[in-house]
Amino acid sequence: MPCQDDPVDEAQALVQLDGATVRFGAFTALDAVDFRMFPGEVHSLMGENGAGKSTLIKAITGALALDAGVLRIGGVERHFAGPRDAQDAGVSTVYQEVDLLENLSVAENVFLGREPRRLGLIDHGAMRRDAAAVLEGLGLDIDPASMLGRHSLAVQQLVAIARAISTDVRVLVLDEPTSSLDLDEVAELFRVIRELKERGVAILFVSHFLDQVYEMSDRITVLRDGRLVGEYLTTELLRIDLVKKMLGRDVADIAPREHLVEPESAVEPVISARGLTRAPGIRGADVDVAEGEVLGVAGLLGSGRTELARLLTGVDRAQAGIIRIEEREHRLDSPRRAMQLGVVYSSENRRTEGLIGDLSIEDNIVLALQAQQGALKPLSTARRRELAVSWIEALNIKPADPDRPVRTLSGGNQQKVLLARLLALSPRVIVLDEPTRGIDVGAKVEIQRLVGELADNGLSVVFISAELEEVLRVGDRVAILREGEVAETVAAASLNPDTLMALVAQPDLPEA
Amino acid sequence: MSATVVDAPAPTAMDRVRTFSARRASVLPTLAAIVILVILLIGAQAEFGNFLSPRNLSALLLDHAYLMVLAVGMTFVIVTGGIDLSVGSVMAFTGILGSSMLASGTPVWIVIPVMLAGGAAIGTLIGVLVQYFNVQPFIASLAGLFLGRGLAYVVSLSSIRVENEPILWLQQTRFLIGDWYITPTGIIALAVVAAGAVIMALTRFGRTVYAIGGSEQSARLMGLSVARTKVLVYVISGLCGGLAGLLLTAYSGAGYPRNGIGTELDVIACVVIGGTLLTGGRGYVLGSMIGVFVFATINTIISFMGAEQSWTHIIIGALLLLFIVVQRAIVARSDRRT
Repeated sequence: MPCQDDPVDEAQALVQLDGATVRFGAFTALDAVDFRMFPGEVHSLMGENGAGKSTLIKAITGALALDAGVLRIGGVERHFAGPRDAQDAGVSTVYQEVDLLENLSVAENVFLGREPRRLGLIDHGAMRRDAAAVLEGLGLDIDPASMLGRHSLAVQQLVAIARAISTDVRVLVLDEPTSSLDLDEVAELFRVIRELKERGVAILFVSHFLDQVYEMSDRITVLRDGRLVGEYLTTELLRIDLVKKMLGRDVADIAPREHLVEPESAVEPVISARGLTRAPGIRGADVDVAEGEVLGVAGLLGSGRTELARLLTGVDRAQAGIIRIEEREHRLDSPRRAMQLGVVYSSENRRTEGLIGDLSIEDNIVLALQAQQGALKPLSTARRRELAVSWIEALNIKPADPDRPVRTLSGGNQQKVLLARLLALSPRVIVLDEPTRGIDVGAKVEIQRLVGELADNGLSVVFISAELEEVLRVGDRVAILREGEVAETVAAASLNPDTLMALVAQPDLPEA
Repeated sequence: MSATVVDAPAPTAMDRVRTFSARRASVLPTLAAIVILVILLIGAQAEFGNFLSPRNLSALLLDHAYLMVLAVGMTFVIVTGGIDLSVGSVMAFTGILGSSMLASGTPVWIVIPVMLAGGAAIGTLIGVLVQYFNVQPFIASLAGLFLGRGLAYVVSLSSIRVENEPILWLQQTRFLIGDWYITPTGIIALAVVAAGAVIMALTRFGRTVYAIGGSEQSARLMGLSVARTKVLVYVISGLCGGLAGLLLTAYSGAGYPRNGIGTELDVIACVVIGGTLLTGGRGYVLGSMIGVFVFATINTIISFMGAEQSWTHIIIGALLLLFIVVQRAIVARSDRRT
């Protein structure tokens, strides 16, 4: 194995960041972080959402400028003005979202900006041949002249990698390259990564799949809240220690909520969906949530998490399937209808699909209630203030000033305002889509506790999160979504993050 | 891995269709425009008997040379996902500016570059507003529209006759090929189309134009020079506006500050009918030429019928609607991945 005794010459770092700091306004996304990469080594960058991984990547690839600190590539200090500069210095990137151009051909996507030319004009024939050669090296058998948009996301991802390695690449950054690939494609990608490693390329591999990180990487750097936790050799870092370092506390400290509902008991569900279908995201999903139960929903990106939430709450209309609320069948054809039936939805995009940033906390809280009453029966000023103050107190919203514009609040408090708005409607079912995304750890724990309390008071909750630990911590049962279907629903107490991850990611392999 | 050489069976017709649709689905709207053009021409010939005469077809190009030049510039802008509403008044401004300079005795070799530079200057202004001040292209070019029109009125409130030999030569010369003829203005228009098509298809600048229309963010992350390209497309459109001003002045033998009111909308219609997507990323300069020919043919048919010219706009409007719906359908189809 390559790096048992740390054989790399420490002086030979190909990429070296010293004291890297990036601020967005008052928020420090990256705080004096040191980071290095060595040739012929795969380096994993680990951390929870918001730990600063993306910011660090952007600093290396020239998409962001450092506010403080020094970046050296091959020992030379660099100040990249943009991704082009970084590419010229041999740093190529494949971003998480496939960022190619669907309206151009595969060959053009590989060579855009570096097209072979004859007499000053692009030689499309030569470009097609060169692209075919690069694609063949990746084991990809597609027509280089075909439009990129015609191919699956996985193929597009491999084309993005083809683009990255078709240059004289010294440093390759792969940001969540496997999130849209199936197992065979992942194996194919790993083969390519190993080849590049042989060639002495330094590879930055970011993935939230721990198995893949341990399979591929030689070295791991952990970030938390924009700060460096440490750099470790993969062989010397146990998984449990890695998770502790990422979360910043012992796993045992994070007590799961008392599971009140006996998962096996045959209580009548408050909301029950059968065979919900809406192409292309959801295919025949079955969901049951009992009174006072938290149903966690776990699934990979693209498994249909948000799509399911939108169907359950009338935001999107189902093409097939039935929804029963308290044993009566209903057609949920609008969010308004769903709200009348006591089913409310908190979107994963709080800023664009939830709150109105320039309105005050009070206005945001009473918004839905007022809408439900109708414009002809305005809530009195006193009643509005009373509502706002009581919810601010109940949910511990800070600052406790009802007139404060919502956009000035932190992410966690914004989420609480959104919750307050929905709870003011006295719903029976609340569907929370990524309620803790992008908010700090303290607020996260608070919201998780709040969800538990709501359920204890009889509310039925559907809790969707990309973080499996969180789903387990909050949920009584966990619905596992795979490719638009609820593959199974399991009692949360019977799972741990590893087994859940195995269920979510690998349908064929029961144990990770 | 899969490097086994297989004896490829001769591709069947079905395979060819599949390869074509995988590679060139975005040509379909342009092909549809060609079909419509052919139908229009055949229909007009059947109705009037003398429509497909060399004389009439030659006049088609002559009468719409300025429109074709504008359409080429507009294609660049629309493929980036932008829009340029200023072209009609830029054409009027440069036309009246040139006419007035010629009337005051300025030599033609100074006047023509000044006209082109005037158009390019307004285009640059719009491009800078769009790129560096983050103004919506619609708003920025609307400002350009008012600026151009205002400047045209500043130069002169009434029409100025042009008696300059070289300018009139552009229009009056007829190069004969049998019964066909072409004027220098027609040659200029076709040359602009050819140059535009080559730039779009075969230069890095042209491919960057498509890339920006596909996704500006991705183009930037791929290290393409997005800012420069976005400004340049408006400069090109402005330059085409200046050139169109020259052609229209030669065509009408005068500069007139009220020329080209509403022309920007005709140009946009031609470009869209020619198969360019208003949302950007797809389109062809040659398609825009076809679009202009469709427009020109409808125009001529209406005058053959002796009907009101407003019918041209009603029909163009209907066609435009049809094409936009067809394009939506095509885009929706190609978004469904294989």
